[in-house]
Amino acid sequence: MLNELPLIFILIGIAAYAILAGADFGAGIWILLSRRAEQPIRDHARHAMGPVWEANHVWLIFVIVLCWTAYPTALASIASTLSVPLFLGVIGIVLRGTAYSLRSQVDSGALATRIERVLGLSSILTPFAFGAAAGAIASGRVPVGNAAGHSFSSWLSPSGLAIGVLSVATSWYLASVYLAADAQRVGDAALVQAFRARAVLSGVLAGALALGALVVVHQDARPIWDGLTSGWGPLALSASAVGGVATLALVRAARYEAARFAAALAVAAVIAGWAIAQSPDLLPGLTVEQAAAGHATIVALVIGVVVGLVVLAPSLALLFSLTLGGRFDPGPGAGHAGVRERPSASTSSARLWVAGGCLLAGTVLTVLLDSTLGVALGIACLLAFMTIAFAPLATAPQPGDDAGDPTPVP
Amino acid sequence: VDDVAGGAIRVMPVQEYLNQARQLQALSLTVHIPLVCFGIAFPSMVLFAEWRWLRTGDPLYREIARRWSKVMLTLFAVGVVTGTILSFELGILWPDFVGSFGSVFGLGFALEGFSFFLEAIFIGIYVYGWERLSPRAHLLSGLPIALAGVLGSTFVIAVNAWMNHPGGFHVRNGKAVDVHPWAALFGNSFLWHEIVHMYLAAYLVCGFLVSGWYAFCFLRGRFARYERAALAIPLAAAALVAPVQIVVGDWAARVVAEQQPVKLAAIEGLGHTTKGAPEHLLGWYEKGEVRYGIAIPDMLSLLAKHDPNATVAGLNVVPPRDRPPINVVRIAFQTMVGIGTLLAALAAFYLFVRVRTRRLPRSRWFYRALLAAGPLSFVALVCGWIVTEVGRQPWIVYGVMRTTQAVTSAHGIPVGYATLAVVYLGLALAVAWVLLRLSRTPLSEESAHAQ
Repeated sequence: MLNELPLIFILIGIAAYAILAGADFGAGIWILLSRRAEQPIRDHARHAMGPVWEANHVWLIFVIVLCWTAYPTALASIASTLSVPLFLGVIGIVLRGTAYSLRSQVDSGALATRIERVLGLSSILTPFAFGAAAGAIASGRVPVGNAAGHSFSSWLSPSGLAIGVLSVATSWYLASVYLAADAQRVGDAALVQAFRARAVLSGVLAGALALGALVVVHQDARPIWDGLTSGWGPLALSASAVGGVATLALVRAARYEAARFAAALAVAAVIAGWAIAQSPDLLPGLTVEQAAAGHATIVALVIGVVVGLVVLAPSLALLFSLTLGGRFDPGPGAGHAGVRERPSASTSSARLWVAGGCLLAGTVLTVLLDSTLGVALGIACLLAFMTIAFAPLATAPQPGDDAGDPTPVP
Repeated sequence: VDDVAGGAIRVMPVQEYLNQARQLQALSLTVHIPLVCFGIAFPSMVLFAEWRWLRTGDPLYREIARRWSKVMLTLFAVGVVTGTILSFELGILWPDFVGSFGSVFGLGFALEGFSFFLEAIFIGIYVYGWERLSPRAHLLSGLPIALAGVLGSTFVIAVNAWMNHPGGFHVRNGKAVDVHPWAALFGNSFLWHEIVHMYLAAYLVCGFLVSGWYAFCFLRGRFARYERAALAIPLAAAALVAPVQIVVGDWAARVVAEQQPVKLAAIEGLGHTTKGAPEHLLGWYEKGEVRYGIAIPDMLSLLAKHDPNATVAGLNVVPPRDRPPINVVRIAFQTMVGIGTLLAALAAFYLFVRVRTRRLPRSRWFYRALLAAGPLSFVALVCGWIVTEVGRQPWIVYGVMRTTQAVTSAHGIPVGYATLAVVYLGLALAVAWVLLRLSRTPLSEESAHAQ
């Protein structure tokens, strides 16, 4: 059981990435698909991800580092055989991040349109590439070993292509629902209507593609099909179907905040279904138990993750409550409270003398003493030197000050 | 007997493009590392400016913090994507390194993942929270960014220290067993000097690059209240750190001398074990000795062992196949030390003028030097990492696993190399352009008129 625990964290991470980062990718797709005249739609899609996209992206890092710590052999096999789609996915991430940063510095125009096109295309490339990689793993095309599988036919296989396309479609559908909810919060009725129609359209399409993917899996990845249709598999499938249908119903009823969660459930259930269907194998001939690192590593990792989550969970809750509460929406802020003017404390030269003493003591201790304690004390003195001297030095003398700096501008 | 025969017959997968894989990894690290410097050092400077605003009520400092926070977010976003490339590359390029030892060092990256997460969350809150949070809450929301920047790089450096000085496991049948990940990462005597040296380097690079920008403003004749205040903060950090870095560097070299004598021999081009070894400045290593260099008798023994007559191990203690490329390591080391010395001299000049005359230097030459100091400090940083990492070769895990054993068997490394080179070039241009745009945003009314 202990050896499966990191896998559960990994699956949670994959689900969080597919949902949260997926919605950000989907927003990029909407930017690409909207016509030139629909500038408000594109701007809305872009602003919605502003404060959160970095945090959403980090789930991917979380998944990878857990994989290589807990199941190193599996990660080595996956990364070497699937180097092409993983590399393409990363290129997409770089292009999207860059395009996003650039876009905020450009007013609308021809250049802005070109940047938005890069943003949109990379938002398709990354979910497709990662989805195709998942399809290759699910269909058993990644054998154990250093680049033991085929570099191209592994992921450009029926399952790879089907899951790749499905990933793009789910991202697109998640984004529609999320952007409708965001538009409702901002109170823009026209945008709400626009994304409501888009949510229904993309929801139906994603549902149809999901059914199509099931057919492909039936033909191409029989063990997964068998897993999905026996044991707990059908439960996951029906949870996903219920989530999808409920999303559509909630969107029709204009209850977008609730629709967010239904849509997330539909995606998370697919990932759970995949895990159930493939269990207990991670790769062909390699079970989770066999792939797991030693006991001490797994224990250390679980402790690390639990402690990390204790810090992370409230921080994430804060970020999402501020974002979803509308605190970061565009528009004028509440304004900053006035800060009282206070006379600045004069810098004493005594302080600089103490700092100089620390520098001297630190140098002597670090360089001349050949003991750990000497070096530790020395480094502490050097840190003290920098800390003590920083504040007075970091405050620039200004022409109007007592010190009177008449440095002329050249 | 069968086992031995089988082992001898088994052909290692050959990677034709090993050197390209190494260069690709080095390129990716070189692109990422200045962003790490900003992650470590810049938040504390931004927070200092904001704290000055809360302390004095001078809107100028609010303006500085606010403008810098946009730069911080841009560089963080770029760091996110370049860091993602690195985390993928480790598995894609070096699968057998991750496969064999992921259970030992992976914990470091897992912990780094969390601090990265924390940084990403609070940087969003901080940058979007101007005017939307109370001033005090806003300042507090910045503290986790500074903390996570420092913590995250500690974890990554712990992995690097482990690669240089591995421990906390045994090898059986090519796999790591009896793994003690905490001890491997944090009980490592090689960790502490690497951390301190890197943090100070981060303050040097960030401090000199940011103050270099305002030196450029001075030289262009734009040096009003805002530029002065904004110059003083990074320059104070860099000027205080530069002399300290020399002392810390000396400590780092002594640890290397003790724990990686072959690397030290490569740094110094010491072909043969020598009693009372000399130190050579400049020159070129050839056939077991440094030629055309300036020799200082006994100096190496004195520096490395605190005894002019001490014996220093030469490259001859290991067979040639276990030696790193000598001249690359040696030239990188000399470049780092040379630049570090120049930076410390510049810092000493600045500190002298500030303390004696209580004003900023007026010489245009000082500002020209400051402008050059930014890029130079970055060169020194990269050279330092070349010393550590090329000096570690031919091992990926020092003395345990060779780089040739770790590399992927997949094809297409040159394609990936070329693609990423183009992508990085585009990324660099994009960042430069965004930063330039940010610098051209006019100052807010309030701080422009406050005098």
